[in-house]
Amino acid sequence: MAALNPVGRPPSDADESSPAPRISYWGAVWQRFSSNRLAVLSLGFVIVMVLVAALADLIAPYGYNQIDLDNAYQSPSWRHVAGTDEVGRDIFSRLIFSLQTALAVAFGATVISVAIGGLIGAVAGYAGGVVDNVLMRFTDVMYAFPGFLFSIILVSVLGRGIVTIFIAIAATGWVGFARLMRAQVLSIKNLEYVESARALGATHPYAIRRYILPNSFGPLIVAIAFMVPTLMMTESALSLLGLGVMPPRPSWGVLIQVGSLNFRAFPYQLTWPAATFALALLAFTYLGDGLNDAFNPKE
Amino acid sequence: MSTLLDVRNLKTYFYRRDGVVRAVDGISYVVRERESVGVVGESGSGKSVSMLSVVRLIGGRGKIVAGKVVFNGRNLLELDERALQEIRGNDVGFIFQNPQTSLNPTMRSGPQIAEPLLWHGRADRKQSFERAVSLLEEVGIPAPALRYRNYPFELSGGMKQRVMIAVALSCEPKLMIADEPTTALDVTTQAQIMDLMNRMKAAHGMSTVLITHDFGLAAEFSDRIVVMYAGRVAEIAPTRVFLNSPRHPYSIGLLENAKMVRGRLDTIPGQPPDMTRPPSGCRFHPRCPRATDQCREEDPGMTRISDDHSVFCWHHDA
Repeated sequence: MAALNPVGRPPSDADESSPAPRISYWGAVWQRFSSNRLAVLSLGFVIVMVLVAALADLIAPYGYNQIDLDNAYQSPSWRHVAGTDEVGRDIFSRLIFSLQTALAVAFGATVISVAIGGLIGAVAGYAGGVVDNVLMRFTDVMYAFPGFLFSIILVSVLGRGIVTIFIAIAATGWVGFARLMRAQVLSIKNLEYVESARALGATHPYAIRRYILPNSFGPLIVAIAFMVPTLMMTESALSLLGLGVMPPRPSWGVLIQVGSLNFRAFPYQLTWPAATFALALLAFTYLGDGLNDAFNPKE
Repeated sequence: MSTLLDVRNLKTYFYRRDGVVRAVDGISYVVRERESVGVVGESGSGKSVSMLSVVRLIGGRGKIVAGKVVFNGRNLLELDERALQEIRGNDVGFIFQNPQTSLNPTMRSGPQIAEPLLWHGRADRKQSFERAVSLLEEVGIPAPALRYRNYPFELSGGMKQRVMIAVALSCEPKLMIADEPTTALDVTTQAQIMDLMNRMKAAHGMSTVLITHDFGLAAEFSDRIVVMYAGRVAEIAPTRVFLNSPRHPYSIGLLENAKMVRGRLDTIPGQPPDMTRPPSGCRFHPRCPRATDQCREEDPGMTRISDDHSVFCWHHDA
């Protein structure tokens, strides 16, 4: 395919008259991404996870709190593919709803983290001087404080609940992103094309919107892709400690915790949640890796 | 010819932790209508900073501390940001040094030409598209309607610089400032770009300022030449006068170098000074063959050789 050539390699002056191969920046990114099988597979898996989570009510064979004491501690069977727990709830259904919880919390907290971190980082990087100093010292303080401990404190102060968890996770999740955002803006704002736009009459907001942000997207998208599994971990860890979502809503952390208690007698109670959780994290991580390679090609 | 740009005693300093860098330290020159001026100097001589100061595009620790920049009868240093925004791009166009980095990589090239028209309310979307395509054609890009949709990385260096020229031309500025427009290009492309600049200058009746370290290029392209050294003007003269009888020892050195391309290169001895601690007196004295005690102690003022020729040197008639 002739279009493969121009990735990062402009035509020479000799062939100025020949029509240029038509491939956009995003086209080139997609080409590099799609050549990575593991990444594409992970993307597919992530899409399936999102669909399953969105359609959980339709897909799950049982409700997440459908108690059936007669069928407690069932081993995996055709009726309960992943078995049942101590009160006879279908673990497979609970897994599906855990996925819903995990994705909702991870995406929600990621959105909040990116919004806060992006704003602080972009303002600090673009304004520079005193503004930069104040904002980044604040960020440093937050960075120095153990994030997980801060989340635990916030949950215990604010009480358990899905919104609380968003806040508790996002309160620490934004810090790294703010630093990255600032670094991006700093490195781009002094590039000639930004200076050129300013010299030709672009306003500050316009220069940020059309010149700085689009060009800082690559690393930011990668960071976001890695942020989702990290925040999923945080959520599970909080649940594992009993600080996560309110029961009976299931969460991977809760399932893993219960499963680990019953592991000797009923190993499937731990293996299913642990395996699916690991798979989900792997998929997000490989997706992030694929994006990383697609946005930062090292030829 | 009436005066378009009158820069008087302009000083731009950078306040760094290790001291004040007097990048531009009291320079004066004029650019007349339809005239092309070449600003020549080594890197670090303040030529780029002096041009960015004209439209107050000095950021960070830089500050314009003194002087006047009268453009079309208005002192640009007294205007507010909004009024200045109207002048940037609209009345004063800029072409930057490196075409590889001067275009936004995530935006198609055509819209980048059309943008300034929209910023300045000079055209609506459809008109700006048409104007961008016709400008692409004017700067010699084949299949302009197709190229409009190309991203910068799909263009060669020469084409990118042509696009940059089209961007700068879009609002028909009265003054075009080109900062080393050909430094990053190979020699043949360089000649094409300078030829294009010449044609555009004639076709649009602009004044141009060419910033370069290449004395030969400036001589070929400009009506007048301003030689800068260490943040100050060394000599200003019409090109022909310059080529025949340069007065400043630094200009003489530059001219000799330009002539010696094929022979032995007689470089000017020494290094440009550290601008946090510029030399006393005449800033060129540590490298000057004619330097005397007077040069070390006193700053040479301007000496007028003729109406159009001034030099800043104690020993200009040696």
